[in-house]
Amino acid sequence: MSIRTPVRPSGPGGPEAGGLRHRLAERGIDRQLWLLAPAIVFVVLLFLYPFFYGLQLSFQPNDGGPLADYDRFFSDAYQRDTIATTLGLSLPAALLNVLASVPLAYRMRGRFRGKRLVTTVLVVPITLGTVLTAEGLLNYLGPAGWFNRVLIELHLVDEPVTLIHNYWGVFLSIVITGFPFAFLLILSYLSGIDPSLERAAATLGAGWWQRFRRITLPLLAPGLATTFCLTFVLAFSVFPSAILVGNPAGSTRVISIAAYQAAYEQYDYPYASAIAMVMGLVELAVIALVLLWRTTLFKGSTGGKG
Amino acid sequence: MVTTDAPSVPPPRPSGARHDGPDPDPGQDAARRPRRIVASPAAWLVWGVVVFFFANLAALVGSVVVNSFARRWFDTWLPDGWTTGWYSDAWDAFDLFHVIGVTLQVSGLVVGISLLVGVPASFVLARRSFPGKPLVFFAFLLPIMMPPITYGIPLATVLYKYELAGTMTGVVLANLVPSVPFVILTMTPFVEQVDPRIEDAARMCGAGMLATFTRILAPLLVPGILAAGILVLVRTVAMFELTFLTAGPDSQTLVVALYYSMSAAGIRAQQSVDAMAVIYTSMMLVLLVVALRFVNPTQLVARVKEDS
Repeated sequence: MSIRTPVRPSGPGGPEAGGLRHRLAERGIDRQLWLLAPAIVFVVLLFLYPFFYGLQLSFQPNDGGPLADYDRFFSDAYQRDTIATTLGLSLPAALLNVLASVPLAYRMRGRFRGKRLVTTVLVVPITLGTVLTAEGLLNYLGPAGWFNRVLIELHLVDEPVTLIHNYWGVFLSIVITGFPFAFLLILSYLSGIDPSLERAAATLGAGWWQRFRRITLPLLAPGLATTFCLTFVLAFSVFPSAILVGNPAGSTRVISIAAYQAAYEQYDYPYASAIAMVMGLVELAVIALVLLWRTTLFKGSTGGKG
Repeated sequence: MVTTDAPSVPPPRPSGARHDGPDPDPGQDAARRPRRIVASPAAWLVWGVVVFFFANLAALVGSVVVNSFARRWFDTWLPDGWTTGWYSDAWDAFDLFHVIGVTLQVSGLVVGISLLVGVPASFVLARRSFPGKPLVFFAFLLPIMMPPITYGIPLATVLYKYELAGTMTGVVLANLVPSVPFVILTMTPFVEQVDPRIEDAARMCGAGMLATFTRILAPLLVPGILAAGILVLVRTVAMFELTFLTAGPDSQTLVVALYYSMSAAGIRAQQSVDAMAVIYTSMMLVLLVVALRFVNPTQLVARVKEDS
């Protein structure tokens, strides 16, 4: 009985390189990993390098110590309040998008005539994009627009309702672009939940509310968390609609406007980078909280998972 | 049975995990009937909200379309007269031929490069485990999770440093940042669905890595590649922030040109802006219809249980 170490036929590198290659291969490293290289180069060059460049730029303000720009941001109420404005817009809008999608998706997850048509119609608003939505909102909700005309004709209001150039215009624009997206994701998660689980609960005598509360909702919760995160990212980076249908100097001065103005109106790149970093941090903090909550949820293999 | 006729992408699931049970439909219908009676008001409420949402949305898009054909439209239900003049006006005033050309070139380049870079990477990420894989995965997830403005401003600063900002190269590079990870994440389930034994068989028969990739995997992955490519195309045409931060006067895409024409309100007639918006929407709708030929939107994350 001879035990032979499995040595590969050594390549051009000689027996030693072959041994090393073999040991690396046992740990999962071999030439196939080179396929990953272009993508990693891309992420490093185009995302990580600019990101860290911006990070170190934000600590080199045009005047003052390393933290001067952060200090400037947080001590100026006009700038500091943009964080609250952004969260005040994006959190309720993302929450509404997710919560409104659940009953609708719950209704729609079975098969019925025209399902494909309904889903197609639901995708259309995604393609409108923020700029067209803004233009439409200005036309439709404006003082002489159709919406106010209908309300006045029905004698619901006497004066045209102001829904543009304020908080509500931006809020509606986020809902219009974000809702279909949230709906599709939740429909997809809901469809992944095995319907036989609910049927089993039904045979045991659970009513529809009990089935939803005890079976579907716990299975769906991780998917809800993921959907909320993705919708929140969309809502948090609201930029064109905050300028076009909002009140960019006042009630809808979101943090991306502050960053943009610092970079392209004051040409103060360190300050703009500092604001961009604050923006990223706030957003990641919210997402981290949601994902942290998600880890406490069921993580089985039965659909609904993120 | 309505949904089955459409050519949808095969469900992204590892083979072998397929649901082979009998058709669950009769039982489901029987279980659903009593619930429908109980939940009837809720159903009406849900559908009512949907109809309200879409009625408003249709009116919103409709008002843009109507205004783009309006001669004059002030305080009335419908405009005084109709004209198509705003379209030719917008076409000339904004040099839309050039702008649409730029849009198509940028999105074509972004789709091509992100597929070339992303598909091999998604293959490795789907099949292999290696030290540091969670870290690599996280690095690919970050650009999607970050708001575009956050990394767009530092990226634009870097691109200005290397004198790439304001050129088409800069716009393409900036748009690649979210596109490459997007391709990777979309493609991973499609790769998982291909049976690894097929590759093993090809290797046994003497095919090298390149041959396995181009002659075995690529044909099997065509549905996934199409899905990812079209989704990236739609995203790139609609991507405002990154293009806005990096584009110069000659490298604007249609969304950015639309934004500039809107924010410079008063200089241009609003109808002219609306005409441009309608051109943009039509372009997006064409893309959407093409996309829905290849992608079933409800199957992006998990497989919908329906027999086909």
